[in-house]
This record gives sequence, C-alpha cells and structure tokens, in this order.
Amino acid sequence: MLNRIEIKKKLKVILPTVVKPGRYFGGEFNHVVKNWDEIGLRMALVFPDIYDIGVPNLGISILYETINKRPDTLCERAYVPWLDMEEAMRENKLPLYALESCTPLAEFDVIGFTLPYETLYTNVLNALDLAGLPIRSADRNDSHPIIIAGGHAAFNPEPMSAFIDAFVIGEGEEAIHDVLDCIKSAKAEKLSRIQTLERLQAIPGIYVPAFYNVSYNEDGTVKSVEPASPKFPKKIIKRVVGILPDPPTHFVVPSIDVVHNRIAVEIMRGCTRGCRFCHAGMVNRPVRERPVEQIVNAIEESLKNTGYEEIALLSLSSSDYMHIEELVSTISERFAGRNLVISLPSLRIETFAVGLMEKLKGVRQGGFTLAPEASTDRMRSFINKPIQAEQLLETARQIYSRGWNSIKLYFMIGHPSETMEDVQAIADLCKQVIKEGRKIIGNKASLHTGVSTFVPKSHTPFQWAALDSIQNVLDKQNLLKDQLRTPGMKMTWSNPRETILEATLSRGDRRLSDVIEDAWRHGAKFDAWMDQFNYNLWIDALEGAGLPPAIYTTREREISEVLPWDHISTGISRKYLEREYQKALDGETTDDCRDQCLACGIVPTLTNQLKDKDGVQWVCLEAA
Amino acid sequence: MQRVRIHYFKGEALQYIGNLDLHKVWERTFRRAQVPLAYSQGFHPQPRIHQACPLPLGFTSQVELLDFWCDSDESLAELQAKLEKSVQPGIEIQTLTNIPLRSPALQTIVESALYQVILPEDCDLTPIQAKVNQLNGAESCLRERRGKQYDLRPLIKELTFSSSKPASITMRLMAMPGATGRPEEVLEELGISPFVVDVVRTDLTLLSIPEETETNA
Repeated sequence: MLNRIEIKKKLKVILPTVVKPGRYFGGEFNHVVKNWDEIGLRMALVFPDIYDIGVPNLGISILYETINKRPDTLCERAYVPWLDMEEAMRENKLPLYALESCTPLAEFDVIGFTLPYETLYTNVLNALDLAGLPIRSADRNDSHPIIIAGGHAAFNPEPMSAFIDAFVIGEGEEAIHDVLDCIKSAKAEKLSRIQTLERLQAIPGIYVPAFYNVSYNEDGTVKSVEPASPKFPKKIIKRVVGILPDPPTHFVVPSIDVVHNRIAVEIMRGCTRGCRFCHAGMVNRPVRERPVEQIVNAIEESLKNTGYEEIALLSLSSSDYMHIEELVSTISERFAGRNLVISLPSLRIETFAVGLMEKLKGVRQGGFTLAPEASTDRMRSFINKPIQAEQLLETARQIYSRGWNSIKLYFMIGHPSETMEDVQAIADLCKQVIKEGRKIIGNKASLHTGVSTFVPKSHTPFQWAALDSIQNVLDKQNLLKDQLRTPGMKMTWSNPRETILEATLSRGDRRLSDVIEDAWRHGAKFDAWMDQFNYNLWIDALEGAGLPPAIYTTREREISEVLPWDHISTGISRKYLEREYQKALDGETTDDCRDQCLACGIVPTLTNQLKDKDGVQWVCLEAA
Repeated sequence: MQRVRIHYFKGEALQYIGNLDLHKVWERTFRRAQVPLAYSQGFHPQPRIHQACPLPLGFTSQVELLDFWCDSDESLAELQAKLEKSVQPGIEIQTLTNIPLRSPALQTIVESALYQVILPEDCDLTPIQAKVNQLNGAESCLRERRGKQYDLRPLIKELTFSSSKPASITMRLMAMPGATGRPEEVLEELGISPFVVDVVRTDLTLLSIPEETETNA
C-alpha cells in the first residue's frame, strides 16, 4: 500500500483533474494534526458520504474534539470520495486516506463510522474497500483496524452486522473513552482481535454482533437473538450522558463551501412530545437541557474560534426548551450588530414562535419552517401531534405579516389507515395558508410544501406498522402535486422507491448484510443521492437472497413477533411502545410526558447512567 | 474608516481553494481576528474585501493582493498582528499598506502577472527550448477558449526558458479584464502537462493610477 509521501505525490497529479479538489486536501482551520510517531493510539472518524455533507455533521464534530483532547490519542477524519475521485483513486491505487496526515485508513487502530441514516450503508462498504480492508468483519485479522460504528441508524445494527466489529449504541461522548481505553490496553497487551472484541463487548452499550446468534422461524421472521456465551449480556442498553458536556467550540472550518457553513449548538437533547413516528424523539430520551449561560458562552467561544457568520440552535423541539425566551433575548442582545444569521429550527406551531424568530432576525432571513405533519384531526391523533388548523393559520398570518414572504410546511403521508381525504386535507390546508399570505402581502407570499413518506422505524410505537404500498404513495403524491404546484407554491416529495429501501434497511435483520454487499458489488453507492440511487440493484439483491421486500416493508408485524432489534434497548420499554401503538389505532392521543410521567421505562432502565456530576440521581424534567 | 492592502503568499495548503472560497476564508479570518470590516449597503450587506486577480487552482503565489475596508483606527502593525494570529495555514501575510479610500478597485489596476514554472527533473528539455523559441518568434497563436477563438500570442509579454537546475520557464502574461493569458494555456502550447509542474505566481504589475479615481462604494 502507498505510504503518506507517495499519496501526497499522487494527489498532486490527481487533484487538478477532479471536481472540487478542496474536498480531498484537508488543511482546514481548526483541524488537528498530531505527531503520528509520538502518539500510540490512532483513530479515524469517517462520515460515509462526501466531504460537503460530512463536515457539518455534529456527531463527528463532537467526537473529533472529544478524542483529540486526549493526549494519548490522535483522531483524524475521512469522507467518501465523489465518483470522479473514486475512479482516479482506484486507477492510481490510492487508498482511502485521512485528511490530516494523508495516512491510509488501514494504518489506524480504530476506524469509526457514523451512521445517521440507512442510505449510507453501501458507502461504508465502499469506504472499507477503498481503504484496502476486507469489508466483512469475519475476513479481517489482527493486522486490521477495529471497525466501530454509531449514530441513529445503529439502533438497529443488524443489517450492517457483518461489516462492523462493534457498535456503540446511544451517545458517544463517554462511551468513546471506554472504547479507546479498551483498545489501548488491548494493544499494549498485544491481544488478538477476538480477545479485543470480547473486551469491547464487556463495555456497557457496546454490541459486537459476532457474539450473538440469530435464528429464524419458517415464515422468515426472527425466532431469537441469543448471546453466543452466557458471559455476554442478553440486552444491550444504550449509553446516555447524565449531563450534557460542554458543546464543541473548535469546529473544523472547511475552506470550501459545504452544505451547512455554521456553528451548531445543541440546546437540548431528547424530546418529551411523543410523536409516534419519530425515531429521534424515542431514542434520544430523556430530555436534557443546557443552561442558557453554557449555550451563550459556547456561541461566543465558537465565533472567536471559527469566524463563522451563521449559528444554528439545535434541538428536536426548540419551543419546549424551558428557558427559550431568556435564551433568545440574551442571544439577540449579545450578538446584535455583528451581521450574523441565527437559526432556530423545530419550533412548535404557535404565534409565540414567530415572536422568538423575530428577535433573532438579523440582516438576512430565510423562510419560516413548520412541521404540522398531518392535516386532519384523525391523523393528528394517530401520530400524536395534535395541532388545530386555526392555530396553524393564525401562526401563518403572523409570519406573513411580520416580514417573512415564505413559509415551508412539512407533511408526512403514508400512515396506516390514511385515506385520500386525509391527503386532500393537506392540499386544502396549504391552499388556505397561501391564501392568508396573499391577503397580507399579495403575490410575494410563497409556500413550500415538503411531503415525506412515513417509514415505520425501529424503537418507535410504529415499529410493527406496515409501510404504505408504492401505488398508494404515488396516488397520494400525485393528488398533492396536481394541487400544490401553482404560482407561489412549490412542493417537494420523496422518491417512493428510496422510501422502500429506507424502510427495508431500517427494520431489517442481519440477513440484509448479504443484500447490502450484493447491491454494493453490483454498483450501489450514494443511495441517498437521487441521481445515483438504483432501485433495481436492491430488488435484484433481495431476490438473490430469497428475501421478498414485503417481509420488511408492507407487512404489518405481529405484536408478539421477535423484532430483529429487540436485544437493543433504548431504555423505553416494549410495553410502552405497544400501548402507544394501540392508542394510535384507537385514535387516542398521549400528553407530553412533562405534564405527567407515562412510565416509558427510561428512568429505571438507565438509572445507573443518569446521575448528575455530584452523583445525585437524575429525574425527568417536568413542566414549569 | 480605513482601506488597507494586504500582500500575502498563497501556499500549498490552499492551492486547491478557488477564488470565491478564498474570499470566505478571508472573511472568516477577519471575524476571528475581530477586525471590524466595513459592510456594503443594500439588502444583502457584504463585507468589503476585494481581491486582485484570481489565481488558477493548483498554483501557489508570492504576490496575492487583497484590499479591505474597516471601521477601526488601529495601526497597520496592530492589524497585522491580529490577522497573523487568525490566519490559516496556506496564507502568509507579508505587508499591510494604507490605500487612499477612493483609489480605484484593485481588480481594475492589474496589468500583468509573472509566473515561474518549475519543470520536473525527468523532463526532456530540448523540445521545450525549441517550442519556447518558436512561440516567441510567432506573430500569433490562435487557440480556442470555451468555443471562442482568441490569439494567445499578444497576451504573452515575456517568455523565457532556463536550463539551470531545476529547469524552469518564466512567463509574464497579460492580466487585464478581457485580456488575460493563462499559464496552463501557454504550457499546453509548449507541450507540457500543467499537472506535472509547479507553478508559482511571483509578481503582479499594477497600472499607474489614473488621475480620475473611483471606488465601488
């Protein structure tokens, strides 16, 4: 394999021939270059898509900063090359290398992939292959790095289980230190790969799929997932941090334009709303808020360290952050007159939100985004996101009359029991919204409707639910397209075939490893890219493995069925999810659990982890 | 308000960063340095930074020029110290000079640029020498750029070859709006792949400032 110097030499010849060569050269402000020869433990973080998408990823930013604070470890980054660069790399036998030092990935001790969504899976295989590593865990030996993965999609690790040595389930801030300490000592003791993996499996929240056996029923459903030895736990409980640590403030500032050029500050983690379709809302419990002062200081510090002109205040439901008013006033006073753009997404649909946004409005302003998700009371009860139509219209009136010309509304179609009337109601509501806008600002008013398709996700109350049929989805999309693409209105929607892939991968079992490999061997990569996604490769791969796609998608699962991820615990009990599913079917809503504890199981399951810094037992936040 | 011209080197770390991106790199450098840039007026106020003359991707330079306007009466030495602390690898600040506020925009006063091309060691020099002589002797050199025919010859003000190690070519090319010669086009005429050489911009010639001045205020 080429060494660092040879790689640099080749890059000189290759880079002038590819699009955006700045993606492949590193050298960004705030990147961390440590002396390779002086540091014993080396980790590479990989975002399995191109640089432009990977650099702003908050998970990678947090881990990069956290790991590089360790004096005993160096952490570098890699991204997947775009097609032109991949071709040039393969032609020139250039292995995938880390940007900081141009070291081939294969020379690191640990490679960590983040898996925020399922349509990146083939890129992971491609990255391993480009790195010159066997893609399957079983084919790697003591000379190869340990491959770990984490992120939201890892809550159902099974489809990627053949390729990843160890998954980190849940939050990485503390778990990563346990993993690195373990690998460090394993390296010092010269442990074999299998011994190292056994040690890793002993860490809470770590899942080594090779130590678990899956059996299947005759109908193709999972019969059981059992540890291969009694020394491994029956259930892997996710990791959480009791208190959110200081947010990152030394973001890598790319020298080229990427999808988000900004400082991202997580103001709160978790959500108590309990929208039944929402994976993030379920797997990120409990809610932990950051103090206003910590957020403001982090912004101040990050501005100094990065020179960015844009700040995003992130959470799953910003309006629920208890000190949101104080936060917004403090930020608007403290950072006024600095030509900054501050965004606060995920606001509840109420006029109060418009006031908050108005305070943050600087010189430039984008549109105003709201996510009603559904348009009839019946569907809102089903998904547990009750919002009155009048409330939305009043909020829209406020938005249009207070200086915004454009609103973006997010809806979701394809929920079980949804009818064409429910879909028609989405179109009607959108038309009402734009009508209000026109009354206020005339033809300047615009409305962008984003229509996604419901994907039943693991660990949510809808994990048993069926995916809508492709014909239904197309009919529903066509109904909306016919009515929502008039002057001043724009609509975007998701490709129903991509939705099928997402649904298959997110609720699949470990037999899908063969399918992913097969699809990749036949050319599947960048499945999240509309122009690269090739549905037929996947259908062929599923057929080749004797797995009809319907068993993962349009089939409603029995409550009693063993689900492929049942051995992974988010802390929420299966009973709670069952209860919520039943309530959905009965058309009943569930209140925000800040108002009344719903015994979801989080506190008892995570009790050992939920301690504050003085060791005081943690309790869920309650409404003020 | 003062207007300051920075002379800096652009090194290898930023050789694949194009002109637009470099503009952002500088904006962020000023923010980190807490140098209060002046902003343009209008609906989308932009920080007032002007660059002289885009450097083609893959090249390095010893003569990059950038003008900025700032609402601060700090001395040049103070500004330079702040910027040097905040600048990223790939930029080496040389000097800062004050420029009259209303002197013409930087990009309008560049006349020509000097490039030095270092040839690879294993390069056959004889044909290159011959082609340099041939191009120097030619009256015109018709080429196509984006489907339009143009004459490269009058854009070359100077072209010399040196065989002393490392062998190199020096060229001075016109760099005025609508009349810009590109080093990679000259290299192509000489039968040299621009991917195997190192190109450094070593000088910019500015026009003497005309009597009537204007700014893009």
